[in-house]
Amino acid sequence: MVPLSYYLTLGAVLFGIGIVGVLIRKNIIIILLSIELMLNAANINFVAFSHYLQDVTGQVFVFFVMTVAAAEVAVGLAIIIALYRNRSTINVEDISLMKW
Amino acid sequence: MNFSWIQLVAIAPEIVLTIGACALLLFDLVIPRDQKDKLGYFAVGILIVACYGSWKLANVEADVFFGMFTLDPYATYFKMLVYLAGALTILLSMTYLEIEKIHLGEYYGFVLLSTAGMMVMVSAGDLIMVYLGLELLSISLYTMAGFKRSESRSIEASAKYLILGSFSSAILLYGISILYGIAGTTNLKALGTFFAANPLDNPGLLVSMGFLVVGFGFKVAAVPFHMWTPDVYEGSPTPVTAFMSVAPKAASFAVFLRVFAEALGGLKPHWQPILVTVAVATMILGNVVAIVQTNIKRMLAYSSIAHAGYALIGIIVGGGLGTMSLMLYLMIYALMNLGAFGVVILLRKGGMRGEEISDFTGLAKKNPVAAVIMLIFMFSLAGIPPTAGFVAKFYLFMGAVEAGMVWLAVVGVLLSAVSAYYYLRVVMVMYMREPSGDFDLATSPATSLALVITTIAVLFLGLYPAPLIDATKAAILQIP
Repeated sequence: MVPLSYYLTLGAVLFGIGIVGVLIRKNIIIILLSIELMLNAANINFVAFSHYLQDVTGQVFVFFVMTVAAAEVAVGLAIIIALYRNRSTINVEDISLMKW
Repeated sequence: MNFSWIQLVAIAPEIVLTIGACALLLFDLVIPRDQKDKLGYFAVGILIVACYGSWKLANVEADVFFGMFTLDPYATYFKMLVYLAGALTILLSMTYLEIEKIHLGEYYGFVLLSTAGMMVMVSAGDLIMVYLGLELLSISLYTMAGFKRSESRSIEASAKYLILGSFSSAILLYGISILYGIAGTTNLKALGTFFAANPLDNPGLLVSMGFLVVGFGFKVAAVPFHMWTPDVYEGSPTPVTAFMSVAPKAASFAVFLRVFAEALGGLKPHWQPILVTVAVATMILGNVVAIVQTNIKRMLAYSSIAHAGYALIGIIVGGGLGTMSLMLYLMIYALMNLGAFGVVILLRKGGMRGEEISDFTGLAKKNPVAAVIMLIFMFSLAGIPPTAGFVAKFYLFMGAVEAGMVWLAVVGVLLSAVSAYYYLRVVMVMYMREPSGDFDLATSPATSLALVITTIAVLFLGLYPAPLIDATKAAILQIP
């Protein structure tokens, strides 16, 4: 049996990649993908803990997270399309009309 | 704790709102373009029906759906707050949407859906519900922020909100997953029992708590997680800004307190110092940066950051007084901030955008009533008696003093003095300068009604706060 720590490490690495991706990538679609990666890192944790604790709550949580993530991506892509039509760019560095 | 259909009664208000929102989307198809106002009044009607439902359920205390959904006076109080904020927002929106030519039925549907999200959030008995409510609320707001989709700033605000909002939700979720691993449950009450018995003995717990603070910090716009706030508030359509500066903030604070006091209450010595640091940083940054703003929506955005800092004091103090002062503060803040944005909305007419502070120049000469109303809200936001803002701040700072954190109260009072500078600058511009042209205000019965309600409430609660204070005392979160 694969020990729990392997799953947690995988989750942590994915989460780290996701955070770094959000912070350094410039393309909004890649950023959205990085956020998905972060959500899935949490999902891996949930499933791993759920199996380890023999408790079903974690798996239920994952179903909800997947559903919400799908809704979020649908809205997100719609916003990105609107943005592209408006500005002809999806590079975050060009989206800077408002700054302090 | 078994399932029975009677439990559906507990979520009747949420069901009413969701069905109402779907009905609005359908009605939108058959209502002619120039009669969209009807949809707005219909939405207000739905909110009133839901409010009546919550009122009837006010004395019920129950955990339904296997502990997922908690019905208690604390949740009911916040539901009343979001109904009020939602209804006032709709009243303020109609004329604005007409002028901006974005008068679509979906708008009201989104207001109702995000209100339903907030209601789920404040009644959450389980972290799953916290997450679901938060996302329902946020996804509706992302769309609302970009509602003026022909305008670059609006769609930019929407994109920024989407990225940072879902980023923070992901961080929150990761924190929840670790918490689940440690305690083996996501039920808030069970977590509370678990952490009361097993104090911090696990480094993962500290990490998870940190993630939770980051996630909620983003939602309530606390420093250093505030950077989305000014841009999103400035770019969104003004009524949407008004809505998201009060209702989601109140709901997020409600669930912030519930999670930290109920589930993580046993760990208070560990999270209290973190929150104290965050609160002080939030108050300082919000108030200081607000001084240099020239756009009124941006100024009010920084002011709302500063107010989040004050409200955090309520969570830090905790207990009966802290909870009560937080609840009082959020209600009063909602009224005065919606009112202030209402006056900003009035100025949007014809070619005038009315978003610069200089646009208010000489308003008192041309339209004394609007100027007096703005004056009242600015005084209230600054916390000057006899307005309600004073009462709200008084209880928060009193709570800090009673909890032995006199210095925190002193910091708060000093920074309130700083805030008077930028609030009173608006008053100065309105009263001391000569107007450059005529003001053509976008008044309508709905907007006037909303402004009258907020003005009277702010003055009344400033002079006679007892009814609201009694209501908050009766609804304090009971921690077993």
